[in-house]
Amino acid sequence: MAHLIEFRDLKKIYAQGEEPVHALDGVSLDIDEGEFVAIMGASGSGKSTLLNILGCLDTPTSGSYRLDGMEVARRTRKELALIRNRKLGFVFQNFNLLPRTSAIEQVELPDLYMGRLSRRERRRRALELLKRVGLGGRGTHTPAQLSGGQQQRVAIARALMNAPPVLFADEPTGNLDTKASVEIMKLFTELSNEGITIVMVTHEDDIAAYAKRHLVMKDGRLVRDDRRESAPGKGAAG
Amino acid sequence: MNFVMIFKVAILAILRNKTRALLTCLGIIVGIAAVIAVLAIGKGASTMMLNEISTMGNNLVMVFPDSNRRGQVRSGMGSGQTMTADDAEAIKRELGHLVRYVSPAVNVSSQLVYQNKNWSCRVSGVSCDMPEIRNWQIGEGRFFTEDEERSYARVCVIGTTVQNNLFDGEDPVGRTLRIGAMPFKIIGVLRSKGANGWGQDQDDTVMAPYTTVGRVLTRSKFRSINMMNLSLHDMSDLDEAKREVTALLRQRHKLPDYQDDDFETRDTTEIMSTMGSVSSLMTVLLTAVAAISLLVGGIGIMNIMLVSVTERIREIGLRMAIGATPFMILSQFIIEAVVLSTVGGALGVGLGVVVANVIGEVNHWPIVIEFSSALYSFLFSAFVGMFFGFYPAYRASKLNPIDCLRYE
Repeated sequence: MAHLIEFRDLKKIYAQGEEPVHALDGVSLDIDEGEFVAIMGASGSGKSTLLNILGCLDTPTSGSYRLDGMEVARRTRKELALIRNRKLGFVFQNFNLLPRTSAIEQVELPDLYMGRLSRRERRRRALELLKRVGLGGRGTHTPAQLSGGQQQRVAIARALMNAPPVLFADEPTGNLDTKASVEIMKLFTELSNEGITIVMVTHEDDIAAYAKRHLVMKDGRLVRDDRRESAPGKGAAG
Repeated sequence: MNFVMIFKVAILAILRNKTRALLTCLGIIVGIAAVIAVLAIGKGASTMMLNEISTMGNNLVMVFPDSNRRGQVRSGMGSGQTMTADDAEAIKRELGHLVRYVSPAVNVSSQLVYQNKNWSCRVSGVSCDMPEIRNWQIGEGRFFTEDEERSYARVCVIGTTVQNNLFDGEDPVGRTLRIGAMPFKIIGVLRSKGANGWGQDQDDTVMAPYTTVGRVLTRSKFRSINMMNLSLHDMSDLDEAKREVTALLRQRHKLPDYQDDDFETRDTTEIMSTMGSVSSLMTVLLTAVAAISLLVGGIGIMNIMLVSVTERIREIGLRMAIGATPFMILSQFIIEAVVLSTVGGALGVGLGVVVANVIGEVNHWPIVIEFSSALYSFLFSAFVGMFFGFYPAYRASKLNPIDCLRYE
């Protein structure tokens, strides 16, 4: 069976100054549907570059990347945008919500670019997703009226709008307090249990503990790949 | 790609920051308002000038007999006796398809006497069509009729200068005025026209039927006249009308081919063309002012849009991350600029109309607001939005989503 994500000898070289920088130095990696993966590593280890390429925000210098059976390593900016729209959902450290915009409109946004649903269906699905992330009654609230944890929930609902096979999260709890972090990670765990594939970058061990698979990057290489069959450790979150 | 959606995205983005939207519009609002106001005032001024010119007459052609020759001594224009009232009547009869009104003019300078007052001025013998030809309005009473013209009636119409000098607040209509030795009944007073372009008082005049004047004042045997005023149906027939009139008069005067015309025609096209060049110069000037205003407004839009692109760099990154293609980003920002500039254009048209009217009211200037100038300004503002919105939008679309998302 084909994997959802297949990396084959991916390299990303930045030609900065005289010495080229090998941000990714030959990474091969498979991720299957339904996995909950945490990518870890010190800063400068290449984990952000890896996530950017995984998220189709950047293209590798060489190597092959198959996403959902499709080669995406060498695509134009337009094609990558369309792939992100249909196949990927993003959750960011700083939420990246539009200012002065209601939660419901934030969640609807990906479908505005996709144009798949009618106006009524779009609104219905957005409300459903807000309820799903526990913000049923707050559709009209703007980011300024929401707490950090609530803003991140809006961002998660938005990431799920176009029903993508993969959800990418870049330090999703980096700007949140412990209590909000636990709530967000619980939500991720629930989504993972529903079969959504989640790839998350984090440098916090207790956050990574929620994931079932840990990838550790160092100097542009994948140095560890642990699969844990046990349920996410409740104690780890403290 | 769904354009309606992009449009919706752009509108939502504008509504999100109304202060910024207003500031972006401001340049265009002021620019368009300036254009509308300047054009309204300029158009009003040129309309006023045209009105002034039109007091001279409608589609006017004047025919003068050549000067009188006695040996080598020549008298002035109109002194010849070769042209007669019959010529005028022949033109009216035979060239009616080109010439709408004909009025011969028999001018005589005469002493006017009313009771114990007297005054001297030019008495013009004209036809009943004179008010139509020279745009004379009747202030009180009436002008004489064709019947009175044919029956050599001793009636006359006086100008306001004559009225002021002979009648001390008394109503002149119905009084009897002595012109030279002959009594004339005053049947009307002409509405004042003021001085003409050469400073001559047009109201210092008395008009009577040319028939009567010719018979009882000049006593000319040959019914000779000083000139003819012709009013054409249409100024575009000018050349043809002049040719036909010339041919007819040559034939009536039995001039052999080798002999020059014994008359001369003149028209107002020269004056018109001078005024035309003044008014086109003014148009060029106003257009330049308008163009500069709009250019400044457009640059304002570009500035704010550029600032806005930088300010919204994270938003752009997010939009790209969730699937906006570069073209969609480009479209969004161009649509934003066009919507802002057209809304600004519409507001500017409104403001311009108000400003023009206020200025006109305060200075007592005529204001002419043309629908076409409002429409063109509005359309041009949309174009300005597109033109000046393109560069910021292009910059936005070329941004790298990763850099945008990391931008602090």
